[in-house]
Amino acid sequence: MSSDPKLERIAKGNALALCATGTWTASFAPVLERMVADAEKLAGSPQSIFIDVSEVAKLDTFGAWLIERLRRSLTQGTVEAQIAGLSANYSSLVDEVRRVRATPVVDSSTITISGMLEQIGRTVAGVAGTVTGLVDMLGAVLAAGVRVLIHPRSFRLTSTVHHMEQVCWRAVPIIVLITFLIGCIIAQQGIFHFRRFGADIFVVDMLGVLVLREIGVLLVAIMVAGRSGSAYTAELGSMKMREEIDALRTMGFDPIEVLVLPRMLALVLALPILAFLGAMAALYGGGLVAWLYGGVEPEAFLLRLRDAISIDHFIVGMVKAPVMAAVIGIVACVEGLAVQGSAESLGQHTTASVVKGIFFVIVMDGVFAIFFASIGM
Amino acid sequence: MAGEIQDPIIRVRDITVQFGTTRVLDGLNLDVKRGEILGFVGPSGAGKSVLTRTIIGLVPKVAGSIEVFGVDLDSSSTSQRRNVERRWGVLFQQGALFSSLTVGQNIQFPMREYLRVSQRLMDEITMAKLTMVGLKPEVAERFPSELSGGMIKRVALARALSLDPDLVFLDEPTSGLDPIGAGDFDELVRTLQRTLGLTVFMVTHDLDSLYTACDRIAVLGNGKIIAAGSIADMQASQHPWLRQYFHGKRARAVMG
Repeated sequence: MSSDPKLERIAKGNALALCATGTWTASFAPVLERMVADAEKLAGSPQSIFIDVSEVAKLDTFGAWLIERLRRSLTQGTVEAQIAGLSANYSSLVDEVRRVRATPVVDSSTITISGMLEQIGRTVAGVAGTVTGLVDMLGAVLAAGVRVLIHPRSFRLTSTVHHMEQVCWRAVPIIVLITFLIGCIIAQQGIFHFRRFGADIFVVDMLGVLVLREIGVLLVAIMVAGRSGSAYTAELGSMKMREEIDALRTMGFDPIEVLVLPRMLALVLALPILAFLGAMAALYGGGLVAWLYGGVEPEAFLLRLRDAISIDHFIVGMVKAPVMAAVIGIVACVEGLAVQGSAESLGQHTTASVVKGIFFVIVMDGVFAIFFASIGM
Repeated sequence: MAGEIQDPIIRVRDITVQFGTTRVLDGLNLDVKRGEILGFVGPSGAGKSVLTRTIIGLVPKVAGSIEVFGVDLDSSSTSQRRNVERRWGVLFQQGALFSSLTVGQNIQFPMREYLRVSQRLMDEITMAKLTMVGLKPEVAERFPSELSGGMIKRVALARALSLDPDLVFLDEPTSGLDPIGAGDFDELVRTLQRTLGLTVFMVTHDLDSLYTACDRIAVLGNGKIIAAGSIADMQASQHPWLRQYFHGKRARAVMG
């Protein structure tokens, strides 16, 4: 059914005929392209040229375009190449292709110094934009919160409870497991190194202070940023892509009030709970390792823990939790609402949400450390 | 149904498709002739899209057989199947353009996969396809999110035609277009069918499309083809749904 395409040159007096035969279709496109490139070298010869296509068995857009391309490149100066022997079936296809104007493709990806400088400038401006975006969102959320306080009936309880289930209740197993393991590791490392000084028991001090003040809340916040921050961004982002957020707006709803506020509230309530559970799991894990590996009896562990830590350590940890939750939530919602139309953009913003969320959580932790140190807590 | 069609391009026999306990298609038979534009109509939810998706292999069937280009899709080898897939193009209802690629890259995607041709030729063919579907070459640089609904349909058609297929499936190509745009699109499908010798399987709700673009019409109801034939056959039919469809208010308006 299909035969190899050929392009033969036949001299006819002072005219040159190029006879195309065989199947000129997409499947033979690589061969055809080479043949046509070969024949294009004839350009500039003074003879008049005919491209005879009467023997072509099958023609599609690829074949028709290559014949048209050949015709165009052979037409130079006074010499005009012509297509001959076109059957009625294919003449409309060739006419169609003749309308195509081949625009040279402009390669816009050249690297210049001014382009690089421009890129740097844009990036710096983008950082400033990120900060204003976050402050914007914080303001919008607070304003929506005030509105809800004034009109409590517009508060979306069902939605908040639903998000509480997603970010808090369903996160408990993994958070407890991971913090438990981290508690075990801290205790094991502590005992291993303190033993050389005969200071095994001080592992309890280290564990207590570290877990309650820092590790508990920081680790849980990082996990929540990865787990729930990304989910928020993806949810809001795909709603943005499908114009659901525009639909809400046209119906007179404020997307911040309907979508962002319940999510933020759920996160702000969830993170202290998760941080508390995480801290308890880490202490339990640490105590278990101290007993089984370090030989510290549970009674001794508890007595030492009571001496080593005060309620201040616990408060320091817990105060940080809702603030970190707010940071994670705001970053996630800003990124979600910044998603553009493409799937790629959704992926980029979800990544950015997690990376920025974790970054800001650690920055906040540092700020809190300075603050608590200066007030002596 | 009319008698057996010689050498059909699609031959569907006793197809049954079930979702849970709901039987959507029930022993359906359908032939599509080479080179025709078949309009496929039926009430909403009758399973028109399901049949299309079953033929192209996206929905599993419970029973029956499907032959496309004479290849039985159930017993074919992977390479045979790929060969068949290369020869058909599909226009999805929502366009289904790849959102992270530009229009040009979308059209070139199948070429890149199946053909070993130079970037120059791919760019030129892309321009040719865009011209054929009535778009300007500049559109090639844009992303799908920057296009209007009508442009998305046209680009999706250009992508479906990317490899010069013998058969195209169009799922409601004119839905969501204004009447003028829809008319243009029908015209376009007609022209392309003549120029490229296509066979077109078109699911549609648009009476104008049926009158102006289609050679033959098949009607789906209760999981079966209840009628197939020319527009005149449809108008003469005594089936209640067909009577309502072709003699209703809107149909009278179309016929003038």
